[in-house]
Amino acid sequence: MATLLLADIQNARLGEATAKALSAASALGEKVHVLVAGHDVASVAEAAARLSGVDKVLLADHALYAHRLAEPAAALIVQLAPAYGTIVAAATSAGKNILPRVAASLDVMQISEVTKIHAPNVFERPIYAGNAIEMVESTDAIKVLTVRTAAFPPAGEGAPAPIEEVLVAADQGLSRFMDEMLTHSDRPEVGAARIVVSGGRALQSAENFSALIEPLAKTLGAGIGASRAAVDAGYAPNDWQIGQTGKVVAPDLYIAIGISGAIQHLAGMKDSKVIVAINKDEDAPIFKVADYGLVGDLFAIVPALTDELAKLGDKGRQA
Amino acid sequence: MKILVPVKRVADFNVKIRVRSDGSGVDLGNIKMSMNPFDEIAVEEALRIKEAGHAKEIVIVSIGTSEVAETIRGGLALGADRGLLIKTEQKLEPLAIAKLLKAVAEIEKPTLIILGKQAIDDDCNQTGQMLAALLGWGQGTFASKVEIGAETIAVTREVDGGRETIELTLPAVVTTDLRLNEPRYATLPNIIKAKKKPIDEKDAADFGIDPSPRLKILKTFEPPARRSGVRLSSAAELVSRLRDEARVI
Repeated sequence: MATLLLADIQNARLGEATAKALSAASALGEKVHVLVAGHDVASVAEAAARLSGVDKVLLADHALYAHRLAEPAAALIVQLAPAYGTIVAAATSAGKNILPRVAASLDVMQISEVTKIHAPNVFERPIYAGNAIEMVESTDAIKVLTVRTAAFPPAGEGAPAPIEEVLVAADQGLSRFMDEMLTHSDRPEVGAARIVVSGGRALQSAENFSALIEPLAKTLGAGIGASRAAVDAGYAPNDWQIGQTGKVVAPDLYIAIGISGAIQHLAGMKDSKVIVAINKDEDAPIFKVADYGLVGDLFAIVPALTDELAKLGDKGRQA
Repeated sequence: MKILVPVKRVADFNVKIRVRSDGSGVDLGNIKMSMNPFDEIAVEEALRIKEAGHAKEIVIVSIGTSEVAETIRGGLALGADRGLLIKTEQKLEPLAIAKLLKAVAEIEKPTLIILGKQAIDDDCNQTGQMLAALLGWGQGTFASKVEIGAETIAVTREVDGGRETIELTLPAVVTTDLRLNEPRYATLPNIIKAKKKPIDEKDAADFGIDPSPRLKILKTFEPPARRSGVRLSSAAELVSRLRDEARVI
């Protein structure tokens, strides 16, 4: 039976998370159909159709799906479910919202945040903030899983797959979209960035956060993250939070600035390839996971680091 | 209206858990157990809704062994009115929990069910969404703000791009995110008062729900540890290491 992958749509574009979740879906060994549910999303469906390994794109283009409300999206997937053996979504805020609703409607147990696929019914997933890994075997007839995108490489592009329109499920009228307050940043999205620069409470203010973190991130072409403490204090927006209950990233380079490294934060970044920690407390737990540590005043080190990197310019930097 | 707050007893967030070396699971013997932090936020929000005059009664429900009564009692000490303990010795999955909670909701008939978005032990992030699906109710997950209307609730949600606000028809299920509120501490008089508040006990087996697990846990193991790195003395040294040794810039 084929695999159904729910596409992640961000700002009317196909989110990078979809290409990563597709790698996981393809690993199951069956044909993959990608469901694009949104409004005015023909271009998203075309982008999904170009991803390598997609057999078919199912397009549900209707105002009902404009804002990824869980109730209509889940109803649509449940309606399509009988034709599929596995239903997959990236563990993004939309996937985490919608898929458990699908699983319960189908009377199956979801496997959340899958990090490894051993067999079509055997998966690994982290528990206790990543302090333990569980290998589980699903006994359900239909498997429902969300996948941790940081654990899978993005699928490439290939010959375009056909796009097929699907019938819209009936609206139950349970929820309505009111408005949204999106964070505007010209930095790459943290989940997709090759380098992530994160700031913590030691930055002391929102002004310092932007004055120090942003120039460094810009110089590196990096995405920006934050610790929970920095978000709680209002130094950074909520969607920048890296950690157990925020975003989980595994970039090539993660630079933690003024972050002590509570286990809840480590859960969101400890699988990064190279970790740099800058902190004035030499006993901070972040140094236990850091490949390179700088103990000292971040207000001196970070501008110096930005200057050094700017000096490198284009000549010393690899693509 | 009545608010139902399902809570879970979990290993305290400060505890460094141990994974048994034989792969059979996580050792929870002799460690501090607490109410799941996201559920504390749910209790607090229910209290604030009641204090604002929108609710008359708050019922705390939890599912587990008799020790779970202590966790319920903690919610009563914060100001909830009564408790309900669904007893079982079995470790239940979110799907079975959602089925039991649905049965409880059908008896209690709450207008709002508010619970944590995820438990910090299994990190599943499923129960609220599953419960909403089984009840056929709307769901407002990852809430950072809620506003009660006449027959609706407006929920501001933390999402990947920022925040969004949706409106749900009541009754509805809301799951809490970190920034919804800052939970209060129980005061001594309230702890004493809570001892007299009723906790009703029921047996999970009496609900006629098949609790068999759908997932077989094959093994549980520790993730590979990171090697500890080196301390550097300057930004310039860091740049040269990142370029020439790690080759990431």
